[in-house]
Amino acid sequence: MAKISIVKANVEIPIFNIKNRSLKSNFMNYTLGKKIKDFKGGNFSVMVLNNINLVLSDGDRVGIVGDNGAGKSTLLRLISGAYYPTSGLLDIKGSITSLINLSCGVDYEATGRENIFIRSALLGFKKKEVEFYLDKIIEFSELGKFIDMPFRTYSSGMQLRLLFSICIMVQPEILLMDEWLAIGDESFKIKAESYLRNLINETKIFVIASHSQEIIKNLCNRVIWIENGQIIMDESSEKVCDAYFK
Amino acid sequence: MTKNFLDIFKNIYIAYILGCQDIQSRYRRSTIGPFWLTISMGVTVSIIAFVFGHLFNTPLEEYLPFLASGLILWIFFTSSILEGSLCFIESESMIKELDISFITYVLRVLWRNLLILAHNIVIIPFVFLFTGKDFTLFILLVVPGLFFVTFFLGWVSILLAIICSRYRDVHQIISSLLNVIFYLTPILWIPSQLSIHAELTFINLNPFYHMLELIRSPLLGKLPTAANYIIVFFINILGFLLTYKIFIRFRNKIIYWL
Repeated sequence: MAKISIVKANVEIPIFNIKNRSLKSNFMNYTLGKKIKDFKGGNFSVMVLNNINLVLSDGDRVGIVGDNGAGKSTLLRLISGAYYPTSGLLDIKGSITSLINLSCGVDYEATGRENIFIRSALLGFKKKEVEFYLDKIIEFSELGKFIDMPFRTYSSGMQLRLLFSICIMVQPEILLMDEWLAIGDESFKIKAESYLRNLINETKIFVIASHSQEIIKNLCNRVIWIENGQIIMDESSEKVCDAYFK
Repeated sequence: MTKNFLDIFKNIYIAYILGCQDIQSRYRRSTIGPFWLTISMGVTVSIIAFVFGHLFNTPLEEYLPFLASGLILWIFFTSSILEGSLCFIESESMIKELDISFITYVLRVLWRNLLILAHNIVIIPFVFLFTGKDFTLFILLVVPGLFFVTFFLGWVSILLAIICSRYRDVHQIISSLLNVIFYLTPILWIPSQLSIHAELTFINLNPFYHMLELIRSPLLGKLPTAANYIIVFFINILGFLLTYKIFIRFRNKIIYWL
């Protein structure tokens, strides 16, 4: 069973080396509407997430909506276990895979094959497991002989195809995405999307941050609306979509 | 949250693969690859040996092996510490993306520098051949010596990486401090050239001297002193405990400093 519980969590990010503080804080308060606190010693901190209470359990297909800078990505990082709340509690049960930044850790000088090993190590796979999947990954990516060429020589479409193909190894209990992935040409896109939909169906908890009403409505049964670091609505997909995308 | 101290083994493979990748990508398009390290170190050692050997009036058979082993180890110490203290800052995107122990990034730097050391150490047999010096069985003591030293560099790197993430000036201070320590540590000069009084006061206070001796002495066919082992042992215990305390205290905050 997978479960994510967040209780009274705040994420307060300190911002160092701001010199012109009064002007800047006024400006930021005005534009972002965020609470900027004065630290002792002249440092600032921004309350990125404020008093978040959230329990996600098996079967939840969660969409996160909100304007730019509302705290969607920070909430995803919190759920992924990368961030830890500066106050409050976070408890994650279950294996997590984040498809947020597929190119994280990629070495552009290395060949596609080498990058398969690097990326899958970062996704938590051992060498033997990768060797077992290697042929399937290369076949899925349709890169053929290019797999032994340096990654930097790939077109951006080829790069994305390879990076996505590496993900066919994962079978997480919790899957995180930041926006739907746009991958490659039409034929590959169809293949990748059907694979991704299968994967989402098999995972116990799925969380996606998106600005697209279509994606949220298609994939999610529960939507969280974040504004200024606070959850202002946590309801069924239709209700929140009607309110947010009006 | 698995970003804790004892989670090293889970992520040791990641450190291994990233460390190897660092070396490979640095020398990917050169013909002799990482052996450029060996060559440039060889050139440096020969020039210094030539100049300072004359300056100090020391016979080359004594000076060259001493200098070569000392300099190679010193490079290992300093680049581990300097790169280690920046490793959180440089891995920012990965740290914010992946739930991997912070220790992994330090291990990556250590592993990379151990690989570089392995390339540089190739010079030593040539130096011995050139000066007609023989290896002795004491050389086996290099292994535990290297273990103690790597452990030292490990906790120092973690400690400094935490501090450097918060206070960005500290890295500059460390690098100038290491420059000073280089001249205070017997690498270019041989302690026997000093008066006994001076030797007691400042060499023995220098932890880097003891670290160096743990590996250099057995290489040169001497036994490290008991004092070397005891001091290194206690520095490691105390340093590790201090680092552990600080790491536990700040581990959830480090990410917000990046």
